[in-house]
Amino acid sequence: MRSAVFWPLRLEPRARPSRPMRVLSSPLAALAMLLVGFAVLKFLGQDAVAAFRVFFVEPFTSLYGVGELLLKATPLMLCALGLAAGYRANVWNIGAEGQFTLGAIAGSGVALFLGGELGSLTFPAMLLAGVLGGMAWAAIPALLRTLFNTSEIFVSLMLVYIAQLFLSFLVHGPWRDPAGQNFPQSKALDDSVLLQPLIEGTRVNAGILVALGLALLFWWFGSATAAGFRLRVSGLSPLAARYAGFSQRGSIWLAMLLGGGMAGLAGIFEVAGPIGVLQPVISPGYGFAAIIVAFVGRLHPLGIVLASLLMSALYLGGESAQIELQLPASVTGLFQGTLLFFLLAAELFIHFRLRRVRQGDP
Amino acid sequence: MTPRLRLRGIGKRYGDLAANDDIHLEVAAGEIHAVLGENGAGKSTLMKIIYGVTQPDQGTIEWEGTEVTIASPAQARSLGIGMVFQHFALFETLTVAENIALALDEDLKPAVLAARINEVSHRYGLPIDPERLTHGMSVGERQRVEIVRCLLQSPRLLIMDEPTSVLTPQAVRALFDTLRRLSDEGLSILYISHKLDEIRELCSRATVLRGGRVTGTAAPATETNASLARLMVGGELKECTLTPREPGEVRLQIQSLSLPTDDPFGTRLVDINLSVRSGEIVGIAGVSGNGQKELLAAISGEQPGREPAAIRIDGRDAGTLGPAQRRRLGLRFVPEERLGRGTVPSLSLADNCLLTGEAAGLLRRGVVHRAAARLFARETIREFGVRCDGELSAAQSLSGGNLQKFIVGREIRLAPRVLLVAQPTWGVDVNAALGVRQSLIDLRNAGCAVLVVSEDLDELFSICDRLAVIAHGALTEALPTAQLATETIGLWMTASAPHA
Repeated sequence: MRSAVFWPLRLEPRARPSRPMRVLSSPLAALAMLLVGFAVLKFLGQDAVAAFRVFFVEPFTSLYGVGELLLKATPLMLCALGLAAGYRANVWNIGAEGQFTLGAIAGSGVALFLGGELGSLTFPAMLLAGVLGGMAWAAIPALLRTLFNTSEIFVSLMLVYIAQLFLSFLVHGPWRDPAGQNFPQSKALDDSVLLQPLIEGTRVNAGILVALGLALLFWWFGSATAAGFRLRVSGLSPLAARYAGFSQRGSIWLAMLLGGGMAGLAGIFEVAGPIGVLQPVISPGYGFAAIIVAFVGRLHPLGIVLASLLMSALYLGGESAQIELQLPASVTGLFQGTLLFFLLAAELFIHFRLRRVRQGDP
Repeated sequence: MTPRLRLRGIGKRYGDLAANDDIHLEVAAGEIHAVLGENGAGKSTLMKIIYGVTQPDQGTIEWEGTEVTIASPAQARSLGIGMVFQHFALFETLTVAENIALALDEDLKPAVLAARINEVSHRYGLPIDPERLTHGMSVGERQRVEIVRCLLQSPRLLIMDEPTSVLTPQAVRALFDTLRRLSDEGLSILYISHKLDEIRELCSRATVLRGGRVTGTAAPATETNASLARLMVGGELKECTLTPREPGEVRLQIQSLSLPTDDPFGTRLVDINLSVRSGEIVGIAGVSGNGQKELLAAISGEQPGREPAAIRIDGRDAGTLGPAQRRRLGLRFVPEERLGRGTVPSLSLADNCLLTGEAAGLLRRGVVHRAAARLFARETIREFGVRCDGELSAAQSLSGGNLQKFIVGREIRLAPRVLLVAQPTWGVDVNAALGVRQSLIDLRNAGCAVLVVSEDLDELFSICDRLAVIAHGALTEALPTAQLATETIGLWMTASAPHA
């Protein structure tokens, strides 16, 4: 690695990765995002301090708001946990949004059409179908990658749009509720399969507990299981993985299925939770935002738990800013994008450092 | 007469470590001067100072009688100092000529440059094709590119860092002829090596370093290997002894193994036959790039074949199995690349034991046993004298020699039935190399079948019961080492391609 000069500063490789920067990169990125957000709000002619209040404080002053924070963090956490396991193995599944959609479709399908026959088994069957639906959608890029060496990045991304159009086809056509006054949505899911609020006066449901439990499970998976170790090695050093005899195909399949399964679970939790019905749009981009969550969380389950709360707060702040300040909806996307941007910039300083160029330096 | 280069009291510290301490060195015009020392003795730091890569904290450098500050390699080159590095930085997607053009300080037309490369490479017996892509070139071939690149700049002082480690005996002869001719033409050469025979034959003076300090200067021709080694390691150098031993049953059998290659610069394996018995060490010599990489991958299982019986491990067909399955049959493998293949650079030594440690119970029922892995790593470190900061230090923090001791130790402690080792002591200091070789011999004496692939002929002659040569993807018969002369091996190594 050579050093690059940006007079009067020089970017040069560190002798060893910086531990403080490894921990600080995410908080620093969040801080930089806030500063830029502040400047942007100022530029838009807002009273930035008041706007910040609306954005980052008001949503959480009520119990309902805190519930919403946890509710929206759930799908982000679930998706990001699965994605991060894959990213550690250098398998770049960026189609969680599509896998989320397929999970929602498969799970709702079970609840809508098999509910009568399955009885009390409907709920677990619905969750299982959600997981399998997400996995099936993720299996397509995995299969193409292992058979033809196609890029899982493009295939998984393009499948997002196919999944969304498929959902749209279902709710406009065969699955449309005949008694629904022509609205493009399915019949409402039966109350018996819907998740009830954990706390009176909020919408947060048991999904958050499942997500936290799975975070612990993923932590254990990554640090204590042979499969987790194999995934990590194939990401860190493919030649060493081959030397050890870890199958590359196995890693790709495992990584994609984990990501797909978790996204599918997030999808069915969303339908069985706050939405209660299949409709053309069931996600405000959770599957994509989860990519940022995975990285802000430094691909570690604990980091992901915190990062999903931060991302959820951005969603809520964006909504409240739309309502109270008449800011455009894209302000949420702006904050998300700036966060990722600064995170990538901050990561550079784990391996590099800036130094002043002194006279006479080569 | 003013010396071409004179160092006075050169010192360089890295933190608490004095890499160089009060070093004095004089190189006369046309002199071939050896710098002798173990890894970590401070040779590399000293060379980096002379070549302008790092600056000394103390001392002065005089170049042809004038005190100079060498601030960068470019300045070193403009003074007339060239350096052939041990590790070569070549762009894989560029040709030899393009790589050389990038490193030259002057602009030459491609046609002119190619002609000059051909001329230099021809004149000094370093065959390279300027049009060839460096991708897929062996280490030996890359080194030739480096040497030619330096000679193109007509230096007055040439620094050569372990230049013969990858050459055939004939090529070493040719290189020595070249170096002598260059020195007759007035070129000074700083020759870094730990091969005592070579230094005694080639160099007129030697400066010996140990622990960053000069421990002596000598006229190598009048010294013995033992007296030089004493200066270098500060004690007697032990020799490995290979006591004759009747080998046992066949543990590794390769039969009519042929393997095509996907790599356009790879080597096709042609009808390989070889057997290694319990209690013997068989060596495979050859110039790098003749199929060693492919053969090793075929035996280790990283590149499985189609014919189950082509490779048999401990009496069982293994030709189509992967590395993990072959390991279960008792095969262990120490690959040439220690970082990034034999170990994961960023993981700890303990975690790196998990790569191959299934047999030691480090992975059971799908769960990693971290405590067991730490214990295993700790014992390996102790038993094989690995110098490191404990079992939790990252593989990449170890020196090449220490990491090699660790990998060899790890594989040996996994009780191999067959051990496959590539370049066991490449870049490893003298004492560590002795340790590694002795472990291989001990393993053989304990009844293991050992197959060593190396480019170091001295090493192969000192530890192998039988030797074969690989050239153009074909393997000669393995003959008892005692019946073979170095020259015969050299001739086989340079044999022309078989008509297959």
